[in-house]
Amino acid sequence: MTDFLTSPGVFYAILAVFAIGAAGAPALGRSNRAANFWGNGLAIAGSLAGLAFSGAVLIDGRTPAFSADSTLPLLSFSFRLDRLSAFFMAVICFVALLCSVYALGYVRHYYGKYSLGLLGFFYNIFIASMIVVATAHNALFFLIAWEVMSLASYFLVVYEHRESANVRAGSLYLVMTHAGTAFIIFSFLLMHQATGSFDFEAIAGGMAQASPLARNAIFVSALIGFGMKAGFIPLHIWLPSAHPAAPSHVSALMSGVMIKTGIYMLIRICFGIMPAVSLWWGLLIIAIGAVSSLLGVLYALSEHDLKKLLAYHSIENIGIILLGLGSALVFSSLGMDSLAALALAAALFHTVNHATFKALLFLGAGSVIAATHTRNIEKYGGLIKRMPQTALFFLIGSMAISALPPLNGFFSEWLTFQALFQGVNAFDVTTKIVFILAIGSLAFTSGLAAACFVKAFGVTFLARPRSNDASQAKESEIFPRLAMAGLAAAVIGLGLFSGRFLRLLSGVAGSLANTHNAAAADAAGFSSVSVQNGFAQISMPAVFIALGLAAAAIAMAVFLWTRRRRVLTGPTWDCGAALTPRMEITATGFSRSIITVSRRVLRPRSETEIEYHDANRYFPKAGEVTMGLHDIYRTYIYRPLQDLTTVVAGLMTRVQSGNINAYILYILLTLIGLLFFLGSSIPS
Amino acid sequence: MTSALTWTLQILLIPLLSPFFIGLTKRIKARLQNRTGASSFQPYRDLWKLLHKDEIVSEDASWLFMIAPYLIFATTLVIGASVPLFSTALTNSYSGDFLVVVYLVALGTFMLALAGIDAGGAFGGFGSSREMLVAALTEGGLILSLVTLALVSRSTNLAAISSSIASLPLSGYLPVGLAFIGFSIAMLAETCRYPFDNPSTHLELTMIHEAMIIEYSGKRLALMEWGAANKYLIFIALGANLFLPRGIAGSLEAAPLALALVMFLVKAGAFCAAIAIIESSIAKLRIFRLPDLLFTSFVISAIAAGLVR
Repeated sequence: MTDFLTSPGVFYAILAVFAIGAAGAPALGRSNRAANFWGNGLAIAGSLAGLAFSGAVLIDGRTPAFSADSTLPLLSFSFRLDRLSAFFMAVICFVALLCSVYALGYVRHYYGKYSLGLLGFFYNIFIASMIVVATAHNALFFLIAWEVMSLASYFLVVYEHRESANVRAGSLYLVMTHAGTAFIIFSFLLMHQATGSFDFEAIAGGMAQASPLARNAIFVSALIGFGMKAGFIPLHIWLPSAHPAAPSHVSALMSGVMIKTGIYMLIRICFGIMPAVSLWWGLLIIAIGAVSSLLGVLYALSEHDLKKLLAYHSIENIGIILLGLGSALVFSSLGMDSLAALALAAALFHTVNHATFKALLFLGAGSVIAATHTRNIEKYGGLIKRMPQTALFFLIGSMAISALPPLNGFFSEWLTFQALFQGVNAFDVTTKIVFILAIGSLAFTSGLAAACFVKAFGVTFLARPRSNDASQAKESEIFPRLAMAGLAAAVIGLGLFSGRFLRLLSGVAGSLANTHNAAAADAAGFSSVSVQNGFAQISMPAVFIALGLAAAAIAMAVFLWTRRRRVLTGPTWDCGAALTPRMEITATGFSRSIITVSRRVLRPRSETEIEYHDANRYFPKAGEVTMGLHDIYRTYIYRPLQDLTTVVAGLMTRVQSGNINAYILYILLTLIGLLFFLGSSIPS
Repeated sequence: MTSALTWTLQILLIPLLSPFFIGLTKRIKARLQNRTGASSFQPYRDLWKLLHKDEIVSEDASWLFMIAPYLIFATTLVIGASVPLFSTALTNSYSGDFLVVVYLVALGTFMLALAGIDAGGAFGGFGSSREMLVAALTEGGLILSLVTLALVSRSTNLAAISSSIASLPLSGYLPVGLAFIGFSIAMLAETCRYPFDNPSTHLELTMIHEAMIIEYSGKRLALMEWGAANKYLIFIALGANLFLPRGIAGSLEAAPLALALVMFLVKAGAFCAAIAIIESSIAKLRIFRLPDLLFTSFVISAIAAGLVR
């Protein structure tokens, strides 16, 4: 069975399914319904098959490698699925599967407004290109897939093209992602210069001879290039505008999965292609992770657009993943293989966790937005009564992302903490300080994330509706609810069976070049996970059961005790004034104190507008406070860069005379120059 | 058999004793202010009274408001079973990790804050906002102070930490002592005490915890108050048995157990007295001054963690 499942034919068939899905959807474009079911149905089929394929590879432990012929030199369409690739492919397919199920119902609100055929086309291409990105084994082929992925996601971002904000977000994304691609190309060219090949296997083999300078240059440019996609600070500015612009199931894919392809390549390069890393690489990544996680969650707190808020949390979670990845690099540069495997397993675990709960949250947000027609959380309220199931799923996602036990987010943060503890334990003063600050930032991050999701969930779902739309909201259809239920089950399941899953991930981490042998985490008995020979132990099922038993016992005891007491319903205490939604706390009010506390970092600005009953301004009628943040990245990093580009472009226009004779002269001069250059460099 | 008995004791000790220590703290405070004060057993009578009352639930509240008290109380029970109270021989390798305890506390806070918003009143919301501000900023100092202990004792298991600090030579106490300062500040914040919150008032301008539970009544209010009392005693137990674990039993034999129980009561009483003195001698801080104090806790704990060899 696994022989068949892991054969190249099946893999090509999976890609073919997506291709058929992509090609067929525009062809059926006349009928919204047909295009919807064709596009999403084939995406479901392809993802299911992809999940089976990658799952079989993971369980089976073999590494299928195959390639299709190419007539171009240096380029080969070669695939190789080691465990890391298979793991990322499985995550992509799993999230894509549920997002496609969700889309079956969700995209109905586009009927008659936007073309479903185009959506189906780019959606299928997008998923297929992510699968190829995770499995390609040749740098040029990888770049093609990477570019296809970026373009497909660009078209999905600008799908609702009648809103000018979306088009602007798309343009920013396009510019940023291509700046990133330039750095990626540079790092691949450096690899080629050092090893003479674009094949990942050959590069890994030849990298040992490369000079330290070349390695460092490759690392830095790869970090910038792939970091642009992963969206860590300060390369993140496209992310909070691009993710909300796309349709919600695409946001879920972009935020849950696409940004992870950047993480995937960072792992691939640091652990597969360039073993024997330097210490400062790891420390740099830990520092970036600490800053990204802390700032990401702070920006999320000040955000009142539900999808933007979730997008900022992606930056936070990428930061947490980087904390694990950075520790893994530090450990591996010091030859502590088993600790490196532990830290890497923590990063991978958080990767899959973030993919599940962030997709769940984006899908929940999509349902809320479809029901209320606004992304502004100040306009929600009381939705828990109107959309009870969506509320429950969103609550599960909120608790998971806030790292509350016994859900999956807690376990991966626990593992990341353990990796950081080992770092404090082991080294010289500088490294120690970095690790201690990383622990602090992770602790503050999870606390602030909890605050942010109390705000997001509380203001969205609890209390009374604050707008007409919110009071008339309806629960979403069956397919969206099914998809959210599936993801919620995954969130709970990954928490409950974390021990088993960790064993799988330790295998993935252990299979990479410089983390060989044994994992430091060990799952035994009652799924009790033990880290570093009993330095720490935990059993998620036990926490689960203990909480359940305790709650049940108390409920029972209180019920028996107070059986005869009545429960009456009455209005909320209104302090003598009429009870209106205005008395509830707003999202601005909720986060105001935290933002004020961190004003040095966030640079908030607030505008107060008050309307008065009288000309003398004694009796206020209505007041509104708007809080926003100064965009320090644009002011201090991107605006100067943009200005510089404009200046350089202005200088270039002097060369560009518009006279065709001049251009021919340039070509001639270039040719002569090249001939001299080549003539002197080729030995006769 | 003895093990089953001690486990029952371990699980029930916190909920059974916690109202007493709340009452004791109030009583000591009253005496310091030249009042007689109510008996230390008054909280038991209050709980008894609340459990015998009808309950009014806001019509705006949802199921979350209804289940939150049970969940919050359940978290305190699980934490109570996970921290060392009188014997380090009850090694709980399932939920005895300090991060589990810290994050279970966070779970309770999360539910509490949501329940505060749920009824849609004016007080609940700002109580939740303030609570999450304090909770988020406390996390760093709390975790780092416990990390210091974990690094000293080479284990993150609370029972293992307790037994290892109990046999720590005096020369190794510097980081532990510093971490204790960091922990104490975090503890006052987590248990809603001065200078963070005023546990004995319903003044709109000052309250945090009381604002969140203002819509509760009857049995659910009883569970909320009792859960808060549990949390208070849990933090006292953490402070007493992790940082000053002298006297804790290393085995499950009757004589050391009895002695350890007495020691625990004495130490918890001393903590209550200290907290009562702090509450009687300093003023509550403005809410925007709290982060400074919590940041102090973080920095002291970070230094402590850095000092561990």
